[in-house]
Amino acid sequence: MLLPLLALVGLPLLMLVLAWFDPQGETWEHLRTWLLPRLIGHTALMFVVVGIGVAVIGVGMAWLSACCEYPGRRWLDPLLVLPLAFPPYVFAFIYLGILDFAGPIQSAFRSVFGSSPAWIEALSRPGAVLLILILAFYPYVYLLARASFASGGRAAFEAGRSLGIGPFATFFKVSLPMARPALVAGMTLALMETLADFGAVSIFGFDTFTTAIYRTWFGLFNLSAAVQLASILMLFVLVLIIAERLNRGERAVNGEKQPRMHRIQLRGARAGLATAGQIGLVLIGVVVPLVQLLIWAWPQLPAVVDGPMLEVIGKTMTLGFMGSVAVVLGGILLLAGTHKSSRRVMLMGEVSALGYAIPGTVLAVAIMLAFTRLDQWTGSALAGGLLAVTLAYLIRFVRVAWGPLEAVACKIRPEYGEVARSLGVSPWRRYLRIHLPLIWPGLLTAFLLALVEIAKEMPATLMLRPFGWDTLAIRIYELTAEGQWERAAIPSLVLVCLGAIPVVLLVRRAIIR
Amino acid sequence: MKKLIALSAVLVLTACGQQADTDAPAPAEPEAAATDQVSEPRTVVVYSSRQPHLIEPLFERFTEETGIRVEFSNDNEAALIERLAAEGDNTPADVFMTVDAGNLWQASERGLLRPIDSEFLNAAVPESLRGADNEWFGLSLRARSMVYHPDRLDPAELSTYEDLADPRWKDRLCLRTSRKVYNQSLVAMLIEHHGVERTEEIVSGWVENQATTPFSSDTLLIEAVEAGQCDVGIVNTYYLGRKMADDENYPVTLFWANQDTTGVHVNVSGAGVTTHAPHPELGQTLIEWLASETAQAEFAERNLEFPVNPAVEAQGLVRKWGSFEQDQTPLSIAGQRQSEAVRLMDRVGYR
Repeated sequence: MLLPLLALVGLPLLMLVLAWFDPQGETWEHLRTWLLPRLIGHTALMFVVVGIGVAVIGVGMAWLSACCEYPGRRWLDPLLVLPLAFPPYVFAFIYLGILDFAGPIQSAFRSVFGSSPAWIEALSRPGAVLLILILAFYPYVYLLARASFASGGRAAFEAGRSLGIGPFATFFKVSLPMARPALVAGMTLALMETLADFGAVSIFGFDTFTTAIYRTWFGLFNLSAAVQLASILMLFVLVLIIAERLNRGERAVNGEKQPRMHRIQLRGARAGLATAGQIGLVLIGVVVPLVQLLIWAWPQLPAVVDGPMLEVIGKTMTLGFMGSVAVVLGGILLLAGTHKSSRRVMLMGEVSALGYAIPGTVLAVAIMLAFTRLDQWTGSALAGGLLAVTLAYLIRFVRVAWGPLEAVACKIRPEYGEVARSLGVSPWRRYLRIHLPLIWPGLLTAFLLALVEIAKEMPATLMLRPFGWDTLAIRIYELTAEGQWERAAIPSLVLVCLGAIPVVLLVRRAIIR
Repeated sequence: MKKLIALSAVLVLTACGQQADTDAPAPAEPEAAATDQVSEPRTVVVYSSRQPHLIEPLFERFTEETGIRVEFSNDNEAALIERLAAEGDNTPADVFMTVDAGNLWQASERGLLRPIDSEFLNAAVPESLRGADNEWFGLSLRARSMVYHPDRLDPAELSTYEDLADPRWKDRLCLRTSRKVYNQSLVAMLIEHHGVERTEEIVSGWVENQATTPFSSDTLLIEAVEAGQCDVGIVNTYYLGRKMADDENYPVTLFWANQDTTGVHVNVSGAGVTTHAPHPELGQTLIEWLASETAQAEFAERNLEFPVNPAVEAQGLVRKWGSFEQDQTPLSIAGQRQSEAVRLMDRVGYR
C-alpha cells in the first residue's frame, strides 16, 4: 500500500538527495563562515519560541473552550480557529503595515508624544515575526487539543478533582498528558510550517535557515548547494519526528466520545479573564487584520465580484478540490500502509509525509525537475499539466490528511470486521457499511484541512500550474512582489473569506457541545 | 503551412531590418503578410518574471496589432531559469523576459538564450543595454539613485553612493535588503569600479550608517524616508514615480547620484529568445515590437521607467527629474560579479 505512495512522493525527494553528488565546497565554505552560524541560531530561537507559543496558546484556549463555561464561549470558539484562513505572509504584511515606523500607530504616537514607546517599535523589528507565526499556526494545536479535551479530558479531569487533587495539578497531571498526542501532532504541523516559511520571515527581514536556502539559490545562483541545505532541513525534521514517535510509546488516547459531562463553570474574575483573553486573541487574529484588509481594499471593492476575479476564484476552487481529493486519497494509502505496523514501515510513512517541511519553492523545483525528467524519458507531458500541480499538492500536504485519519482509525476495531464476516457480509459491503462510516469524519476533516492549505499555497502553484491557471495566492504574489501591499488587499480578502468556509465547517465538526 | 508562416515572418523581419536603416525605425508589422494566410491563431509563449499587470496590457496590444496571441507564465526568475534548463529542447517557451541584467546574464551564461540578429533591434536598443552576443535586449531602463526628504536634508549634502559610507551619515541611511537583485547589481558595479577591498569598506560603511534594519521593498523604504525614519535611501526611481503619480505633492525627492563621477547606476528589464524556442521568429517579432516606439511609449507611461529606445521620451512626470549621466559600464558585468557581490554583502553583514 505504501510503496506506490512512497515512489510518487519519493521521486522529488530523491532529486533533493541527488544534489549531494554535485559537491559545492567553495559555496559551503562561504555559508559556513558567514551565514550558517547566525541563521541556525535564529532558526533554533524561532523553533523554540514558536513551539512554546503555539503550545501555550493552543492548549490554554482549547482547555477553556472544551472544558469550561464562561460568557461568549460559543461565539468565541469558532472564531479562535479562523486565523487558519490567513496565509502567514498576509498576516505579516498586514501587521508590518500597521506597526512599522511609517504605519498609523507609530505615526500617531509620534504626533502626540514626539516618539513611540520602545515596545511598539520592537513589534516592527525582525524578531516580531515570531509572534506572527504563533498567531498563524496556533489554531492547529487548538483544533487538535480541543478535540482531545472534549472527548476524554473532561471526564478524567472530574475524576482527578473528585480524588481531591487541585484544579491546576489535575490539569497538568491528568488532562495535559492525555492531550499529549494531539498537542504533539498540532505542534508538528505548526513547526514544520514554521521551518518551511519564507514569505512571512522575509517580509519582516528575519533571516532563518530557509533564507540561506533562497540566498544560495537566487543570490549565488547555486541550486545544488541550496538543495543540499534543504535536504539537511528535511533530515533534521525527520530525526525530530522519529524521536517523538519513539518517545511516545503506546498511544494513550482513544478517540471515543465520552458521555456528556458538564463544564467547569467559571465565575467572576476568572470568567472575565477567560472571555477577555479569547476576545483579545480574536481581535488580533481575525478582526484587526480583516479591518485592515477592508480599509486597503475599500477603494477597489467592486473588483471583488468582477469577471476576472470570479474566474480566479473558480480556478482556486477547482485546484483546491482536485488537490484535496488527491491529498485525502494519499492520506488513506498512508494510513492503510502504516496502521498498526512495524516501526520500519512507520518510518517509511514519515518519509512519505516529509514534503510538508520543505520550503515551498525548493519542493516545487524538485517536483518540476522530476516531472521534466520523466517527460523526457517517457515522452509524456506531465510537467505543466494539471496532474503535476495536483501531485505537488499531494506531496506537500499528505501529512495534513494523515493526522485526522489516524485519529479516527483507532476507532476501527478488528472485531467489527470479524463479526461482519462471520455473518457472511461481503468485503465491499463490510467496507461501505462499517469502515467508511467510522472513518468518514476523519476523511471530511482531512479534506477540509487540505482545502484550506491548498488555497493558501503559493510556490508550487506558481511553478507548476498550467498556463492561465491563476489562483488567488498567485494574484497576491504578483501584486505584493514589489511591496505594494494595498494592491493585494482584494485577492487577500477573497482568499481569507473563501478559506474561512472550510475552517468554519471544520470547527462545527469539532465542536461537541 | 507552418513553414510558410515562418518564411513569411522572416521575410517581414528582413524587410523591417532594411527599414531600420532609415531615419525612423519601425517595428515589425507581420500582420500584413501573415494574418491573411493563417487560419489558426499563432501563439508566442513567454516565461516572464515581470508583474503581469504591467505587461499584460502591452501583450494585448501586440495581439491586436499583429494577430499573434501571447501566452505567458510568470514566476520568480531563478525558478524560470531552472525550468527552461530542465525542459531543454522540450520547452514551450519562445521568450524569456525578466528584470535585471544579472538575471538575463545568468540565463545567457547557461546557454538558454540565442543571439538575435535584428537590425531593427540594433538600432532601437543602445549597445550597453544588450547582451554581449545580442542574446538579450533591454526593453526598459531603470536608474537606482537616492531619495531624501527636503525638509530634513539639504541636497547639497548628497553626492555619491560611496559617500553614504561616511560616518556623518550614521543612523541616517535606509537600505533595502541585500536579497534584492537590484542591490546585488549595484554592489557588483561598485566592485567593478573600485575593486573588492574598497567596495567592502563602502558597503560596510553603509551597514554602519543604517537607521534601521533593511526594508523588504523600495516602496516601504520611500515611506520610511517620508515618515522621517531616515534622511536618505537608495531606490529605483519608478517606485518614487508611482508615489508621485498618486500624490503630486509627495514630499520625498529624487537626487541623481554620482553625476560627477561614474554616473548613476542603471539597469534594465529585458528579454531574449530561448535557445530551443519552438517559434523563434515569433519571439523575435514580440521583442522587436516591445522595442518599437509605440510599445516603448506605452511601457514608459505605465511603468514610469525610462524607455531604452532613444527615439522615445520618458513619461511627463519622469521627465521632471531632468536628464542624468548614466554609468556606461556594460550591464553584463552586473551578472558576472553578482555572486561576488552577494558574498561581499554577507561578509560585511548587509542583510
